[in-house]
Amino acid sequence: MKPENNEKALLQGLAVNDKKAVETIYRENYNMIQALIINNNGSADDAKDIFQEAMIVLYEKVRSGTFELNCLIKTYVYSVSKRLWLKRLQQLNRYSPPIEDPEASVQVDDEIEEHEKRDAEFEMMNKAIGSLGEPCKSLLEAYYLQKQNMQVIAANFGYTNADNAKNQKYKCLMRLKKIFFAHYKNGNGDE
Amino acid sequence: MSDTKVLEAVERYIRGEMNPDERLHFENLRKTNSEIDQLVVEHTLFLQQMNRFGEWKKFRSTLHDVHTDLAEQGKINSAKLAGKAKVVYLWKRYKRVAAIAASIAGITTLTISALVWSITPQTPAGEIEKLKGEIYSIKNKTNQTDKELNKVKNSITKSDNTIIYKTGGTGFIIDAKGYLVTNAHVVEGARNIAIQNSKGEYVAKVVFIDAVKDIAILKIEDESFKPYSSVPYAISRSAGKLAEPIFTLGYPRNEIVYGQGYLSAKTGFNGDTLSCQLELAANRGNSGSPILNRKGEVIGILNGRQRNTEGFAFAIQGKYIYKVLDDLKKDTSYQKVKITSKSSIGGLDFQQQVEKVEDYIFMVKVN
Repeated sequence: MKPENNEKALLQGLAVNDKKAVETIYRENYNMIQALIINNNGSADDAKDIFQEAMIVLYEKVRSGTFELNCLIKTYVYSVSKRLWLKRLQQLNRYSPPIEDPEASVQVDDEIEEHEKRDAEFEMMNKAIGSLGEPCKSLLEAYYLQKQNMQVIAANFGYTNADNAKNQKYKCLMRLKKIFFAHYKNGNGDE
Repeated sequence: MSDTKVLEAVERYIRGEMNPDERLHFENLRKTNSEIDQLVVEHTLFLQQMNRFGEWKKFRSTLHDVHTDLAEQGKINSAKLAGKAKVVYLWKRYKRVAAIAASIAGITTLTISALVWSITPQTPAGEIEKLKGEIYSIKNKTNQTDKELNKVKNSITKSDNTIIYKTGGTGFIIDAKGYLVTNAHVVEGARNIAIQNSKGEYVAKVVFIDAVKDIAILKIEDESFKPYSSVPYAISRSAGKLAEPIFTLGYPRNEIVYGQGYLSAKTGFNGDTLSCQLELAANRGNSGSPILNRKGEVIGILNGRQRNTEGFAFAIQGKYIYKVLDDLKKDTSYQKVKITSKSSIGGLDFQQQVEKVEDYIFMVKVN
């Protein structure tokens, strides 16, 4: 397989969360990013965080439908990680040395900004679901995230029939939607 | 239609699960009823966000799994910086600080030694001699008192043959030759110590105590004790992982009691880095119980719980057993004490592990 085809296949795999593809990209790029972070005032844990965030940025990019990066995966991941790390250093008020570039970089600022916005939304959703408590959290996750059907859920959660489970789910959903839309409107109102 | 039914219909509509007739009917309803139309718009947005959230969550967990897998297979440089890499990393990070600190320290030392040298009056030699002599005489006196104390002690222990023990806590074997670990607070101020389990009752003595780490090492000193052939569990040098399932065996009463839970925080009370926090029911007498993980490694020694709260407990991390042992080994008579580093019960389920280890756990009784 030609290298560019290979890259494209990897990105297509990444878009559908194919573990093999994720693993390949991970294996081929992680050490480079870890070296970058550690040589610039970071720890191995920081490296893991930053690299995984860069992977999410890449994932979001291919999810939006374009498999064209206009550069190698390696370059892209490196550029994003570098940008994220500089930002993190600034936030922490830690001394940030100028990073010399062994790799070529591309412009990724827009994507990072978009990613941060989305990340904040997801974190909010995560918190909202967590704040519902049990059984709401598990019930909603089973239905909306794991897409289990109501009969199965009723059996797993010990409801006598699917209607009872539906009623409970409805109450939980209303609470979640209330939190969600409160944040959503606030979030949009600020802009 | 009730609210639940409406919502169900809306969800089916959005997912395209309605048959054509139903769909037509629903679309008409949507046109006439603005509330329902609003609900459809709102819910579509919500479901979209939910779906994306679900995928994001899944992807994050994939990343996490991949990282763990690759690190375990050694295909990426593992998150743990071992040996040299860590030193290099720390050096890089702190070299500026270290340089400044070193130069300040140097200047201070020089100034102070110059000052001291210029201020100190010359002491006559005779006085020093005299002081020395006094110290010797004090030393001799202390030796004598020690001897007398020992005599008294011996006569006490010899005279009363039946010792009444109170229960103290739990201890577990770390060396098959008869060395145990327990908490320092269990054996604090103890005159006599006995240990007991279904195998028998033996007299033991404290060979080392570290009150700060709250670890004590006991040695069985009993003619009837036959050394074990080996110890089934290992002591872990690394801190446990969050959410790692764990169990413990101890003697909160006259019977061995099993408890099960998980590691809930990597530090102990008020962020104490010596210990870790466990979600586990613990009672008095559980002090000194080993905390074992699924790999059959002791990751900690149970040593307490917060007053007035139940359900969680604290344990001293296993690596400190090694530290205490290193201190113990400075005494030449204990240089042969050895800890098993490879567990022979890894991979068994908790029930099987318990069967293998219960003989190695003792009630520690003190008086």
